[in-house]
Amino acid sequence: MSNETSAPLPGRLVGSGLNKELAQTRGVTRRQVVGGVIGLTGIALLLGVAPNITSDTKAFAFEPPPDALEISFSPVLLISLIGVWYVAAGVMSFLPARFDRLALIGQLVAAALAVPLVLAVGLALSDARATNVTNLLDESLLLATPIALGAMTGLWCERSGIVNIGIEGMMLGSAGVGFTFYAILGNATSTPWLWVAILVAMLTGAALATLHAVLSIKYQINQIVSGVVINLFALGLTGFLRSEVIVPSGNSKGVATSEIEIPLLHRIPVLGETLFSGGPLHFAMYGIVFLTWLVMFRTAWGLRVRSCGENPHAAETLGIRVIVTRYQAVILGGFIAGVAGAWFAMEAQAGFEDNMTNSAGFIALAAMIFGKWTPWGAFGGALLFGFTRALGSRLQFLNVEIGDFGIPSEFFQSLPFLVTMVVVAGALGRAVAPAAEGLPYTPSK
Amino acid sequence: MNNQTSTDDRPHRWILQTWNLQPVLIPLYAILLAFIVGGVLIALIGVNPFEAYWALLRGMFGTPDRIAGSIARSVPFIGSALALAFAFRAGLFNIGAEGQLLVGGLAAGWAGTWAFMYDTPGIIAIPIVIVAGFVGGALWGGIPGALRATTGAHEVITTIMLNSIALFGTRWLINSTDPKILRDTSASVPRTKEISETARLPQLVDSQPPLHMGLFLMLGLCLVVAFILKRTTFGFETITVGTNPHAARYAGVNVNRIIILAMVLAGGFAGLAAASEVAGTNYFFQPGTFAFIGFDGIAIALLARTNPIAIIPAALLWGSLLSGAPLMQQEADVSIDVVRVIQAMVLLFVAADAIVRWVFHVRDGTESHLDAPTTGLSSA
Repeated sequence: MSNETSAPLPGRLVGSGLNKELAQTRGVTRRQVVGGVIGLTGIALLLGVAPNITSDTKAFAFEPPPDALEISFSPVLLISLIGVWYVAAGVMSFLPARFDRLALIGQLVAAALAVPLVLAVGLALSDARATNVTNLLDESLLLATPIALGAMTGLWCERSGIVNIGIEGMMLGSAGVGFTFYAILGNATSTPWLWVAILVAMLTGAALATLHAVLSIKYQINQIVSGVVINLFALGLTGFLRSEVIVPSGNSKGVATSEIEIPLLHRIPVLGETLFSGGPLHFAMYGIVFLTWLVMFRTAWGLRVRSCGENPHAAETLGIRVIVTRYQAVILGGFIAGVAGAWFAMEAQAGFEDNMTNSAGFIALAAMIFGKWTPWGAFGGALLFGFTRALGSRLQFLNVEIGDFGIPSEFFQSLPFLVTMVVVAGALGRAVAPAAEGLPYTPSK
Repeated sequence: MNNQTSTDDRPHRWILQTWNLQPVLIPLYAILLAFIVGGVLIALIGVNPFEAYWALLRGMFGTPDRIAGSIARSVPFIGSALALAFAFRAGLFNIGAEGQLLVGGLAAGWAGTWAFMYDTPGIIAIPIVIVAGFVGGALWGGIPGALRATTGAHEVITTIMLNSIALFGTRWLINSTDPKILRDTSASVPRTKEISETARLPQLVDSQPPLHMGLFLMLGLCLVVAFILKRTTFGFETITVGTNPHAARYAGVNVNRIIILAMVLAGGFAGLAAASEVAGTNYFFQPGTFAFIGFDGIAIALLARTNPIAIIPAALLWGSLLSGAPLMQQEADVSIDVVRVIQAMVLLFVAADAIVRWVFHVRDGTESHLDAPTTGLSSA
């Protein structure tokens, strides 16, 4: 909250107007703080890490083992080079303000270089010789799927002015109800019923969203309460369905959606095979993110939704039916949450377990705030989370050891959360919610 | 931050509410309605709802031991609900009680196994464990508070992340055998050693789970929080920041200080709850025993409309429902998840009292709203 007074500081030109909001009251910009950390990391890499690495050539593989395309490298050299870049990026951040754009580029490249850096250090400290990078990308995208979908749910609700803590419940509920239908009607194996079940999952998401909308728009109850109600209700209902319906039906496990290949794209050499074949709901996610952006920012209706979230009174003055628009947006979000639920119960695996979403809905909420309430930003947050999670399990698999101390698997499991926190606290700064979010609205007629 | 639901604590209002039965009546009707919804669900699978509820009721309050057990089950919820409620009053949405409980419990469990504790009298050992729990929770709550105040990082993100970090961190400290950190290798499950006999909270009733002095710790905490909020400058400033941070700053309140302190205290309350569990119920720390206590705390605090005194009956309802459910499953063969549905419906009907009024034809008397900003999400 200290940053409220972050106007350009007297006697000192901060930024080129581009990043005035990054200015801190202490006379140091956020970019300089980040740059300092990057520079110190570089020095640590050059002086601390690189000299202590003894292992010889390692490789990044891009294809599965027989005749894999591999790029070999010397860990010491690669780590040193990245270290040099980090130091340079750190120095750039303290140049006069007119080099600000340069500093930004330096830092962004440094952030991207963190990926090969972590992999190289991990490889160097383990016994493995190579690691498959394409696979890692694929896993990241897969793990990002429910987070990105959940974030889009949150986006539609919150941009229209309705807080949504209930993403988790909407996803869990639609996973449970969807799979129940699949287990009863299709014995969890028949493909036509699978698609019916996915539809049911989407309708369940929409139904829970409708409940959320009625409670928070019509009855004007606190929107956080309403979200918590949905989370609890979904937890209870799906647990009840599992033990009273799914398990007795004997169809606890079944056949998930089959992989599809994107025409043409999957023929791209090296990468195509892995990245462009996968589950249909996974690919639907890209479409949903793109459409969310397109509809929300390039159509009249999207503008109406956003205006309802920013200033409903002004919106009403312009003839927008705020209540109707909010209902539409929230229920649309519910459909998207239903897709995420279907992904859990019918694509990632065919089955339902109690609390199987395992707080993915909350992480989606975090990804949405991370992306500052924008579709691509939220998608970026989801990708960051998916990637760090995939990276964590990859490093865990590599059995990384420092000296005799094996890095515990719990560390790698908490990696995505640590990274998200550092990025949010360090580089991202304040996120501003839609202005009218959380406020009940009574039409003025 | 919205301020349309300003707190109104003038005495005549309080008297009005005391003599007006509506504040009691509406929740009772809401509970009734919630049980009806749950009953429909039970009837759908072909079980007589009355039989199921009779078993549930006996599970909750059937024997003196079960009553004690229900109360004991509710005790930690009071602390975790206060952790949300207090931060909420400062305009912060603290989803992090889950992690704050874990770190508090870890600290308490660790302090209880310090070598000198085994020959320290209870009058010193117990406070050490309790304070350790508070400090642990306060530390974990203080991080999001400090980040919010200094970098503007949203507390919803940071508390969610810290929950998971606490889970994996404590799991490592407890599970790890090489190096052995806090694990009691003689125990069959990963947990700390048992804390010193002297550091244990005295037991009141040997029920399942045991009812211990932690109850009074939590009840006292509710009174303290109510006092802080109503009668101290700090409490007033906290509520001001929660209602309108811009006005608070204009009035000379150090908003950052309040944000950090509110989160530190909120985390500390969760830590106290965890310490009371470690010192009174389990006598060791095991991460699994705290699952869902923090998340249920959110619902309980909201059920109580973030009023620290109202948290007591709300937590009692929550804990006794959870404690009675196994008997219902055993006797009527109904999944305990029904209780979750009932809890969700209680929260729904208490919040949406318009539905209750409509069903039971209760006239709209007092306007009761959440004593807090309507959202912890909007950025201040």
